[in-house]
Amino acid sequence: MTTTSPSMVHIKTTVNGQVHELLVPPYMSLLDTLRELIGLTGTKEGCLDGNCGACTVSVNGRIVDSCLVLGAEVDGKEVDTIEGMATPEGLHPLQQAFLEEAALQCGICTPGFLVAAKSLLDNEPSPSEGRIRHWLAGNLCRCTGYDKIVRAVQKASTQ
Amino acid sequence: MHPFAYVAPVTVEEAVAVLDKHGDRARPLAGGTDLLVKTRANVWELDAVVDIKNIPELMTVTVGNDGLSIGAGVPCYQIYENSEVAAGYPCIVDGTDIIGGIQIQSRAALGGNLCNAAPSADGVCPLIVHSAVAHIAGPGGNREVAVEDFCTGPSQTVLKKGELLVSMSMPKPPANFGAAYTRFIPRNEMDIAVAGVAVSLVLDPSGQNFESARIALASVGPVPILATAAGDSLAGKPVNDESIAAAAALARDAASPITDMRGTIEQRRQLIEVLTGRMINKAIERARG
Repeated sequence: MTTTSPSMVHIKTTVNGQVHELLVPPYMSLLDTLRELIGLTGTKEGCLDGNCGACTVSVNGRIVDSCLVLGAEVDGKEVDTIEGMATPEGLHPLQQAFLEEAALQCGICTPGFLVAAKSLLDNEPSPSEGRIRHWLAGNLCRCTGYDKIVRAVQKASTQ
Repeated sequence: MHPFAYVAPVTVEEAVAVLDKHGDRARPLAGGTDLLVKTRANVWELDAVVDIKNIPELMTVTVGNDGLSIGAGVPCYQIYENSEVAAGYPCIVDGTDIIGGIQIQSRAALGGNLCNAAPSADGVCPLIVHSAVAHIAGPGGNREVAVEDFCTGPSQTVLKKGELLVSMSMPKPPANFGAAYTRFIPRNEMDIAVAGVAVSLVLDPSGQNFESARIALASVGPVPILATAAGDSLAGKPVNDESIAAAAALARDAASPITDMRGTIEQRRQLIEVLTGRMINKAIERARG
């Protein structure tokens, strides 16, 4: 069988409000597209199979595991990552709350937790503890035991 | 991972043509939550993935007098957040809102859950007890297959070369109908069923007798199982502990589980009996409104 390299895919996507037009290998994940082609390394690779949520980003307002999305699939879509959370004026309230509540240790899971928590608070400003734990069930943390993360989200939700 | 081409057709015919051309070296891409894991693990070596999310028929949910139709590529959240689905088909919500976490539910499709053909699929038993039919398009035309006949083994389905699952449809439930699904997992969420049970039933107008019932079992055989004898045993019986216990025992007998990392044969058979009783009672509650 002759093997030919599959054609690159031309995409135009908006990442954190900025338009990017690029060629992506058709089998490249959104995670690698962000990290390697666009240079946004805040989104982390964890399990690469949709269990850990470290690579969570938002696509058209819905959180996804970017390891389970192809870069080719976000043509025409809006992607929001951890790099879009803070502004020149300061940290996002969730980021500030994570610092104040010590809701991280090694930090690998933190960008995913923050993006996921932001999507919850954007839609539900005052979620219950149960709702927070349910919403964040797709994000794993091996350091904190989760309580500090939940407390930080609760703190940010009241601000 | 073998490098594959990305194709995003906008019609069923185009998608079928690509799938037919590549045979088992191409697969439809809905949410990718199984496909990208399997290609990365080299379980599947593909030359092309066919993104079906630009095909309108595969991305539409319709609820009407004919019943409910769900496009094969519709992600779970668009099913369980649909207020008409939630009101008329809560058992379908029971299945779709426990698959993975929020990130997975943003992408994973009910049609993908069916095509992935895992015995533990949470979305499939609810379809079976709703008497759902799978609508398939292929190079030789269209055909329909009852969902309980769709899976033929772990990761195996009736789909032939070039065929594409387009949608799943189910009739509008009659009066006094109720249905429910649950699974047992050792965690609170984000886990794969050790055993799962879906029940649908129709009560007589008094609400005191069963007219008919369907019971389907997950994770206790090579495919999701329609436990016909268990469901049929309820027809004509009064709603009481005795008839429910008899049906639950028959469901237990219909299970043919294996022992693996998630549970033993004995535990799974026991779970089927307990969960069947619970789901019959929950379906009765829903039927009585």
